[in-house]
Amino acid sequence: MKETLTAYFNRSAESPAIQTKRIGKYGIFLAFILLCILLSLMTPRFLTVANLTIIVTQVSINALLAFGVTFVILTGGIDLSLGSMVAVTGVVAATFAHPDDYPLLVPIGVGLLAGVIFGALNGFVITRSRVAPFIVTLGTMTIGRGLALIISKGRPISNLSDSFNFIGGGHLFGIPFPIVILLIAFAVCSLILRKTILGRYIYAIGGNEQAARASGIQVSRVKMWVYTISGLLAAVAGIVLTSRITTGQPNAGVGFELSAIAAAIIGGTSTSGGSGTMAGTLIGALLIGVISNGLDLLNVTSYYQQVVMGAIIIGAVVLDGLNKKSS
Amino acid sequence: MSLTQDYILSVHGLSKSFAGVRALQDVCFQLRRGEVHALMGENGAGKSTFMRILVGMETADAGTILFEGNELKSSGVRQSRRFGISMIHQEMLVVPELTVAQNIFLGREKKKTLFGFLPGFSDDRTMSAEAGVLLQKLGLNLDPDLPMKYLSVAEMQMVEIAKAISNDAKVIIMDEPTSAISDREVAALFEVIEDLKCKGVAIIYISHKMEEVYKICDTITVLRDGKYIGTRPASELDKNGLITMMVGREISDLFPASTAAKGEALLSVRGLSQVGKFTNIHFDVHRGEVLGIAGLMGAGRTEVARALVGLDKPTGGEVYFKGKLTTIKTPSDAIRQGIGYVSEDRKGFGFIPELSVVNNLTLSSLPRHRKGVFVNEKSEQSAAEEMIRELKIKVSGPDQKVGVLSGGNQQKVVIGKVLLTEPELIILDEPTRGIDIGAKHEIYKLITRLTEAGMAVILISSELPEILGLCDRVVVLSKGRQTALLSKEEITQETIMKHAMEFSKPVDLLLNEE
Repeated sequence: MKETLTAYFNRSAESPAIQTKRIGKYGIFLAFILLCILLSLMTPRFLTVANLTIIVTQVSINALLAFGVTFVILTGGIDLSLGSMVAVTGVVAATFAHPDDYPLLVPIGVGLLAGVIFGALNGFVITRSRVAPFIVTLGTMTIGRGLALIISKGRPISNLSDSFNFIGGGHLFGIPFPIVILLIAFAVCSLILRKTILGRYIYAIGGNEQAARASGIQVSRVKMWVYTISGLLAAVAGIVLTSRITTGQPNAGVGFELSAIAAAIIGGTSTSGGSGTMAGTLIGALLIGVISNGLDLLNVTSYYQQVVMGAIIIGAVVLDGLNKKSS
Repeated sequence: MSLTQDYILSVHGLSKSFAGVRALQDVCFQLRRGEVHALMGENGAGKSTFMRILVGMETADAGTILFEGNELKSSGVRQSRRFGISMIHQEMLVVPELTVAQNIFLGREKKKTLFGFLPGFSDDRTMSAEAGVLLQKLGLNLDPDLPMKYLSVAEMQMVEIAKAISNDAKVIIMDEPTSAISDREVAALFEVIEDLKCKGVAIIYISHKMEEVYKICDTITVLRDGKYIGTRPASELDKNGLITMMVGREISDLFPASTAAKGEALLSVRGLSQVGKFTNIHFDVHRGEVLGIAGLMGAGRTEVARALVGLDKPTGGEVYFKGKLTTIKTPSDAIRQGIGYVSEDRKGFGFIPELSVVNNLTLSSLPRHRKGVFVNEKSEQSAAEEMIRELKIKVSGPDQKVGVLSGGNQQKVVIGKVLLTEPELIILDEPTRGIDIGAKHEIYKLITRLTEAGMAVILISSELPEILGLCDRVVVLSKGRQTALLSKEEITQETIMKHAMEFSKPVDLLLNEE
């Protein structure tokens, strides 16, 4: 009896053959490689160390924001206040970054703290009010922009210390410092997502929030973390940007949230939450960078670049949809 | 009438494969006019694939389908609907914002021309009038202009039947029609089925519930592993014979005998109330005991369970756990105290489809496998694998996603997840809903094992045989009130039903209730 029962259950399982073939998972990676090959064939100026370094440096700010918003989207939320957080944190950091005012750690620390507070407030309002994240962060996007203008009195804050300007413009062992920051952020974010309890809970909440709650996961706490991390990464991006342009610009970062969300989605993060990876998001951000760089090299005007980018975003979501359908 | 004419539908040699896996193999099926024909088989036997082919949602690889003597080429849902085959899906496919009439005529709206020259407008008035007549015929006192969202599941089902009839359906397929409706509503449904039968409509009835099948079906066809096993008149096939056909082996003692010794009271519920849901619930659960909670749909059974585990907030009363007054505000409080809950809504509250079997199993007990902020994957893996073995969860590998498992295996994952929190009390809410008999038997054995190990079990079930076969005592609820606490000797189908209907005047329970 016991034997037959085991045999019986063995039989009733789905065979691996009908499990989904995940084309989409590597599709974006293949598309990225193909694009790079194509561009290097079309223009000799693409595949040079100098050009590639420029691309990655330019991508770094968008990628930092995209890492943050990937956490958020994975839980089924959205963060539209990224661009405003970049401005607020950049302006705050710049305020403390004049030469001989404070040691370097002060502008960095205060900037990061501003991002953490901003992000935590997003999370607090979202978890307490149960208003949709889209609406809440739409509101804080406007609030943030206002705050940046108030703090800077509407003027760019220039005359920053050399040590501060190193963050966005300096090199470490010949590598531009923003790339170093990008790589560290990527490693940490991947680790959080793949190896920590928080990461597991993020996937669980995005996959089925009710079931996650019924399983004893404190959903509000996880969401607080997610929006706070998003704020922290926006602050890192804000500091890098401010340092790169050597000015605290209250009007910086307008529309950045959209490119960041686009990078996450192109990279395969499901818009409804629950699936996606940091590596995908990184590829998504690089893809956006490579396309705009490639079109620049091919002398395509930036007007067309926007059209191409929009089409790619839609294409990525369609791919995601097809992928879901097949599973 | 000759014999061949007698069959409205006859299927021969039907085969279908998905990605090289045979879902159906050489299936035969013959349906007479005016019969109720049960299609039985365990999950994965191929019933749904077969039905999807019949209604044109899938295309067969081989085989013929003769409908009234003409070959039915697969040609889409619309086509087979025109032929007169309609399906009432288990998960109701209705548009909640549209009215009853608009739902009935969905996809084939009556049209009218506005001002004599603007075509393409929908003629709501005619549709509403026709729908009204149709509903009356079915003995339904429903306003055809009421938005669908205000209807109960049973009423929606009736509307779906009305829709099928308005399509002049000659064959109606019903997929688990009673899985979400109360006993009274089931009775009303059966009356309608009888009526349809008399009018010569043939019904293919898919259900896991044997009592029902024997009550209304004339013929039973069994599929197993995508293969045709046999067709018998219901009167000539007994339950054991049917089970044997379905599982391919005999299952004796469906409900295993328990040797569990009853211990001290683990949970004491005193006057628990939640405004609008239930009032003054009063019971104890002892170690080693299975306490049943019985009642009709909407009696408040699930609500009591949800309040006990912190999914909802009770508004009054006290709960003592291990002799101490407790307040459980969230599910994580419940888990920490040692109370586990398996929801009746497996998809909604049970598992995360995108996560692997291992990750789902350890979801509630993950803090036990922590290494700082990190997950200790080794200990997680070994705990999960032990549970997979223990519950005989059938997976292709520990990384398989739970979303693709069969219902029975998904349920085992959910139960395993709760067991990994090492609860002392486990609340099982409809644990065998929609799963096949082999997996049911496994769960019954598990319940017995758990009580023998000194755990307490609260079993909420709509299936009386389960309550009768497993419970030591039974709380009966009716309309949110506790109408009885039955001891082992008092548990019979009659006493449970009597108390379950205590506060409900018969008229309240009728489907036609306003």
